Amino acid sequence: MARSTWQPVRILGKGPWSLLPAQTWSVVTDFFIFAAGLSVFYAILVMARTWFGPFNPHVEISRDPSHLPLYAAYSLLRITIAYILSLGFTLVYGYVAAYNPRAERIMIPLLDILQSIPVLSFLPGVMLAMVALFPHHQIGVEMGAILLIFTGQVWNMAFSFYSSLKSIPRDMREAAKIYRFGWYQRFMQFELPYAAIGLVWNSMMSVAGGWFFLMACEMFVLGSNDFRLPGLGSYLQTAASAGDTEAILWGVGTMIAVIVVLDQIVWRPIIAWAEKFKMEQVESTDAPQSWFLDLVQHSRLLVKLRKRFFRPLRERLTLYFAREYGAESEEVTPPGWKVWVGRIIASIAVMAVFYAMVRTIGMLMELNRSDYHQIMTGAAATFGRVLIALVIGSLWTIPVGVAIGFNPKLARIAQPLAQIAASVPATALFPIVLLLLIRIGGGLGIGSVVLLLLGTQWYILFNVIAGAMAIPTDLKEASSLFKFSRGQRWRRLILPGIFPYLVTGLVTASGGAWNASIVAEYFRLKDQTYTTVGLGATISRATDSGNFALLLASTIVMAMVVVTVNRLVWRRMYRLAAARYTLET
Amino acid sequence: MSEAIIQARDVEKYYVQPDGNRIEVIAPTDLEVWPGKIVGLLGPSGSGKSTLLRMLTGLSKPSSGHVMWHGKMMDGQIPNVSIVFQSFALFPWLTVLENVEAPLVARGVGAIERHKRALKMIDTVGLDGFETAYPKELSGGMKQRVGFARALVVEPEVLFMDEPFSALDVLTAENLRSELLELWLSKKMPTKAIFIVTHNIEEAVLLADRVIVLGRNPARIRSDFEIDIPQYRDRKSPRFLAYVDYIYKTLTRPQEEAEIPGKDTAASNNGRARERTKFQMLPHARPGGIAGFLELLADRSGRDDLYKLADELAMDVDDLLPIVEASELLGFAVLREGDVEITPEGKGFAEADIQAQKMLFREAALKNIAILRLIENTLHAKRDHAIGEEFFRDILDEHFSVDEVERQFQTALNWGRYAEIFDYDSENGRLFHREESDVLPLTEGA
Repeated sequence: MARSTWQPVRILGKGPWSLLPAQTWSVVTDFFIFAAGLSVFYAILVMARTWFGPFNPHVEISRDPSHLPLYAAYSLLRITIAYILSLGFTLVYGYVAAYNPRAERIMIPLLDILQSIPVLSFLPGVMLAMVALFPHHQIGVEMGAILLIFTGQVWNMAFSFYSSLKSIPRDMREAAKIYRFGWYQRFMQFELPYAAIGLVWNSMMSVAGGWFFLMACEMFVLGSNDFRLPGLGSYLQTAASAGDTEAILWGVGTMIAVIVVLDQIVWRPIIAWAEKFKMEQVESTDAPQSWFLDLVQHSRLLVKLRKRFFRPLRERLTLYFAREYGAESEEVTPPGWKVWVGRIIASIAVMAVFYAMVRTIGMLMELNRSDYHQIMTGAAATFGRVLIALVIGSLWTIPVGVAIGFNPKLARIAQPLAQIAASVPATALFPIVLLLLIRIGGGLGIGSVVLLLLGTQWYILFNVIAGAMAIPTDLKEASSLFKFSRGQRWRRLILPGIFPYLVTGLVTASGGAWNASIVAEYFRLKDQTYTTVGLGATISRATDSGNFALLLASTIVMAMVVVTVNRLVWRRMYRLAAARYTLET
Repeated sequence: MSEAIIQARDVEKYYVQPDGNRIEVIAPTDLEVWPGKIVGLLGPSGSGKSTLLRMLTGLSKPSSGHVMWHGKMMDGQIPNVSIVFQSFALFPWLTVLENVEAPLVARGVGAIERHKRALKMIDTVGLDGFETAYPKELSGGMKQRVGFARALVVEPEVLFMDEPFSALDVLTAENLRSELLELWLSKKMPTKAIFIVTHNIEEAVLLADRVIVLGRNPARIRSDFEIDIPQYRDRKSPRFLAYVDYIYKTLTRPQEEAEIPGKDTAASNNGRARERTKFQMLPHARPGGIAGFLELLADRSGRDDLYKLADELAMDVDDLLPIVEASELLGFAVLREGDVEITPEGKGFAEADIQAQKMLFREAALKNIAILRLIENTLHAKRDHAIGEEFFRDILDEHFSVDEVERQFQTALNWGRYAEIFDYDSENGRLFHREESDVLPLTEGA
């Protein structure tokens, strides 16, 4: 009809963007990407200026919300650098451990132990060393913080990469060999892609853990030194110390915003992109999606850049390596000098370990009986607290998690909310929670349990949800068909079904809780120190007073407790879960 | 006569155990790959076919003996060969084109040339139009076409195939087989020889100019002969069937007496088996499968041609042979010239009801199977009538390779539990006597 052309075009159910022609979209994207590149460059300049500026132990942290973007950028940069370091370390460590059987025998148990050492007790040592290394520049403290985050996030990544490499199917490895892949092509086309998904998920976990440590180490006291780094963590601590509720809200809001934005423009796109590395034989129906990835893939600027620059570069590199370092023939015996260099390095390492052991024992001898008494009672107290936190955590997360897992509608609403709640680092909330507790009138003895819970309950919740979702529908139907009572349903179906997942959640939660006890049991707020009996408190106090012998002893005890609990309890639970409660045919 | 492309001389594969005990997987073997020929390597599963293939390609080194490539020693080098894998072994993150290009990249071929060659090969195997697809978007048959294109794009002198059609359904496999044959016969394939490993007898007779049949434990060549029928071959022709029948006979022909002590103990006294330190290799068959097979055999007047049976049951030899071997080992059936015949014991077993079948199986197993007898005696001798599985694994360890120990143990476990010779607690890995332990371990909620 002629008249209908008069009517305005109305597009229902689509956003205003859809009215723009596709061309404009792309220009907008290009502009956005260009601006993003520019701002990263600017940020690096600003950081560099501060870092190489003179050492200033008394950085004033402003409570003015207008400083927050800058503080957030500082924190983000620290995380990023630490992550890049971790990734580099992971690739090298995992690669060597996977391909050198002799190194593997040392490197993998070492990884297991390093994973159990409470990172926060490294803090004083690392900081002092770094400040001593760069006595006149801010970069010393920065590097200390970065190194600390690095030690907090690297181990699980390295482990994931190593086990991915070890689990590459034999046929695929043989295909690479028979077609004479050189090491570069093997790495780029085959090993890295194979490990990609595990690496991505572990990176996400690691970076979340990184926030936890960053919040704790941006502001801390070591003897007479008061180290402060401008960042989100120090902002929150300062705000809490001053009891400035408005600033606290601004800080927490920024924190959540940063995490949500990171999730949307970094992790989701990467997960959606990594989907293609899945070793599946058929296409899955609900592959993860990301609007940002779609956006980036349609940016003309990036498409052009990829075509003109990255693709030719990749082509050249690949051909260069293929021609220069093609398929290596197997070296049967390494040349003599290599063997000797290896032996010399090994003997130096053995001597160094021996020397360190002697010194350590010497240091531990300095401690008297009351010190050991303190450590042991502290260990018992913290053990109890971790246990209580796990029990309380399980008590509320199991019913809630099962409810969410069984109800897809509820899951759609609850899961993103829980993810956001979980991603806020507990250490950022510590000062606020502590403030509330003090107002209510609870001591840190109970308060620290709340703090531990805050940091660890999410691991349990997410695993329970995953476990409940994995229970097959036919089993659920069978249980209703047989008219199971409520109790029977839980005993026969739900608890056994979620058991393996629950164990995984509890292992992570328990490790996290031990680590968190260092910050949770000893807290400085408004020039006042709140403390309670506990191994974490002992570690923090030793740090504070510069008592290195005590710090060493209590750290060793904590690592030993964690390793022992892992071996005696969790590993058995894992085995039981794998033997009896795994749902497979 | 041209010279062989690959020559294997006295190649042998064994694993040395920590205690110095050698487990031989492949007995010293001679083998050649000649130009212009398709060689088919046949053998039951677990016979070391794949290991032999990997030694010929240079992927795996023989424990002793050597492999020569055009008369020169092959040490650690991969010669110009390709493998088509049973599992396809494609890289799922690369497109069809990138997968086919990958071997050329490794050889440093530039982008334009690489593209041209890969596209041509994709065209040859009939995949044009799918260049940008990812493997997961393709069906099994199309994936294996990619496998072929990738293998052929480097123009290998010898194309190795490791059960290339086993993962495909019957029709797709048939289709791919005939296309492969056509490419080969019309010389569209830049390859001088093909070496195909298979457990499908008809496939071997259909494709190969020469067939090598392997026996197992350890693998050694049982028969090596030319198939003297011009291509394309008719599956129904008498000569074709004669070859198939011959291979069946070879595969089922009793091995040397020393290999299978169970065979003669079935007829004679029990004491002899105990003197021997060697255990029989248990075929990986389930009691249910054995019972079903014997019942079928009893229904057909107790004797039938193996090939016909397999054909009727639509089973590969690989699936049927273990069942037949197990029946034989238990004294329920005997093999004669490719025919299988039920024994009186077997007939009794086939006609009994479930409980009686268990009793008969128990009798036969204790009489004929050394490892089960050992378990029974050990459990009797122990005061608590229970023993950890490690004990038996250690014993098996001295006779079999690591993977085989696991399979042997699982089979023994399966048979023993079915025959109610013992019970097994999987949680702490203990075997125990049922009568003596009336009190079962409490399970939660029970």
